[in-house]
Amino acid sequence: MFKKDFTYFENSDIVYLDNAATTQKPKEVVSSQVEYYEKYCANTHRSNFGDANKATLNYENARKTLKSFINASINEEIIFTKGVTESINFIAASYAKKFKTVIISSLEHHSNIVPWHMQNRSLGNGLEVVKCNENLDFDMEHFEELLKNNPRAFVSVTHISNAFGKIHDIKAIITLAHKYDAVVMIDGAQSLAHMKVDMQDLDADFFAISAHKTYGPTGVGAVYIKEKYLEDVDAYQTGGATIHEVDFNSSTLLDSPFKFEAGTQNIAGVIGFAEALKYLNRIGYENIEAIEKNVFDYLNKELEKLPNIEFYNDMNNTIGSRSFNFKGLVHDDVGILVDKMKIALRVGHHCAQPIMKQLGLKGTIRVSVSFYNDYADIDKLIVALKRALQMLED
Amino acid sequence: MSIEKRVEDIKEDLEFFEDELQKYEYIIDLGKKLKPLEEKYKIPANLVHGCTSQVWLICEQKDGKLFFTGTADAIIVKGLAYMILQIFSGSTIQELKDINMDIVHELGLSEVINPNRQSGVIGMIKKIKEYAQKA
Repeated sequence: MFKKDFTYFENSDIVYLDNAATTQKPKEVVSSQVEYYEKYCANTHRSNFGDANKATLNYENARKTLKSFINASINEEIIFTKGVTESINFIAASYAKKFKTVIISSLEHHSNIVPWHMQNRSLGNGLEVVKCNENLDFDMEHFEELLKNNPRAFVSVTHISNAFGKIHDIKAIITLAHKYDAVVMIDGAQSLAHMKVDMQDLDADFFAISAHKTYGPTGVGAVYIKEKYLEDVDAYQTGGATIHEVDFNSSTLLDSPFKFEAGTQNIAGVIGFAEALKYLNRIGYENIEAIEKNVFDYLNKELEKLPNIEFYNDMNNTIGSRSFNFKGLVHDDVGILVDKMKIALRVGHHCAQPIMKQLGLKGTIRVSVSFYNDYADIDKLIVALKRALQMLED
Repeated sequence: MSIEKRVEDIKEDLEFFEDELQKYEYIIDLGKKLKPLEEKYKIPANLVHGCTSQVWLICEQKDGKLFFTGTADAIIVKGLAYMILQIFSGSTIQELKDINMDIVHELGLSEVINPNRQSGVIGMIKKIKEYAQKA
C-alpha cells in the first residue's frame, strides 16, 4: 500500500527485495533534490545572499530534524558525513585510534572491520571479536570477559546485521560496556529503516547513520557524537568552513559540527535526508514495524517450504534480512536466474566475509524487506525461486 | 575450424533463443555437459582471476596445439566455461596468442550476462592467452 509513495515503483515492475543494500526514495525526497538544484542552488555557511541563506537554513533544519528523530541532546552532536563507512572511518581515525583495544562483534560489515586493520590491529593484538552462538546471537558473557580483560576499550558493534538481520541488544551492550569504562560506537546502518533509536535512552557515545538505507539520498550519512566527546574528537578533514582563523603560521578551528564538516557538503542530499525522516515520521514506526514483521514472517514461512533450503540463524531478534542457500547449489546461479525473472535480491558475502568464513560459506542468497513490500512480492519471489531450482536441478 | 567460425556458431546458438531464461537453460545444459575435473587440478595455479565464482582451467600441449579442460563451482559459469573451451581448445599456440579480447562482445554475451560474469569470461580468455604465452 505504500508503493504509491515511491516513483520507482511507477516506473519499474521489479520486485525490489534488496533493501538492506539501499532503499527506494519517497517522492518528497526526490522532489527536494530537484527543488534545491532548480530553485535555490547555492553554497551553505559562506555566502549571504538569499538563496545561500535558504540553503543554509534548510541544511541546518535537516540537522535539527535528525537531532529530534534520534533524540540527541543538542544539534552539535549531529555531524553529516557521506555515509556509515565515512562515519566509522572518521571516529576510528579521529578518536578511537588512541584506544589500546577495540572490541567488535562477529557479525560486522567490512566497514567496521577494515578501518581497525588499517590501524595495524589484528585479532588479539588491539582487536577483539565477541563470539556469537549457533543462532548468531551476541555472546554477552564473552563480551563481559573481553571488557574485564581489556579495561577502557573502544567497543564498535553493529545494531542490525546486514547479512543475517540479527538485532543486537545495543542498550544492554552499551550499559555493560559503560560498567567497564568502555566507550561505545554503534554501526546503525540498518537501524533507522526499521526501528526507533533514541540516543539518550541508549546512552550511545557514537552512532553511525546511513541516509540511503533510510529512504534518503545516496552519499549522505551522519554520526552522532555524544556532547561530552565533542572536544576530544579530532577534526577528520580540514579546509573550507571548518576554521575560525587561518594565517600562514597556524589555524584555529570552529566548534562542532562545523569543524567536522570540511568543504562543501552534499547539500541536496542532507536536505533530502530530512525529507525522508519526515516521511518516516508520518508513516510511524509502529506501522513500519508491524508491516515488516508480517511480511518478514510470511517470507520465512514460504521459504521454509522450499526443498533443501538452509538457514544460518533463527528468526528470534531479527528484522529486514533473511539469508539462505539451497543445498548443493551455488548462490550465484540462483541470483542470476531470479534477476532474469525481475526479482532484485543480493547474492554474495554481503561485505561480511569473516562471519561467512566462520560458517564455512562463500556467500548466501539474501532477501531484505521494507514496509513497502507486501505478500504479493514474496509470492513472486517464491515462484521465481521455484523456477530457478527447477532449472538448476540435475 | 577457426576460432572466428566457432564464435560464430556459439553466437548463432545463443541467438536462437529469444527468451532470456531459455538462453540460461541452454547455458545450464552446456554446464552439465562439462566433464568433472579431478580434485588434484583444483589448485590456486589453475584458478581464473576475475570470476565471482571459482573457475579452474588446465592446459595440455599436443602437436603445437593447446587443449583445455576446466570446471567451475557454479553451474552457469560452468556453461560459460564450456563455451570458452569449445571456442579455444585445440587451437594453435599462435592463434591463442593472437586472441582479440573483443571476442566477448562479438559473442553478444553482454546482453545475457551481467558485468561481473563478463569479467569472469574475460578472466578465462586471459588465462588461455597466458597459457599460450608460456607454451
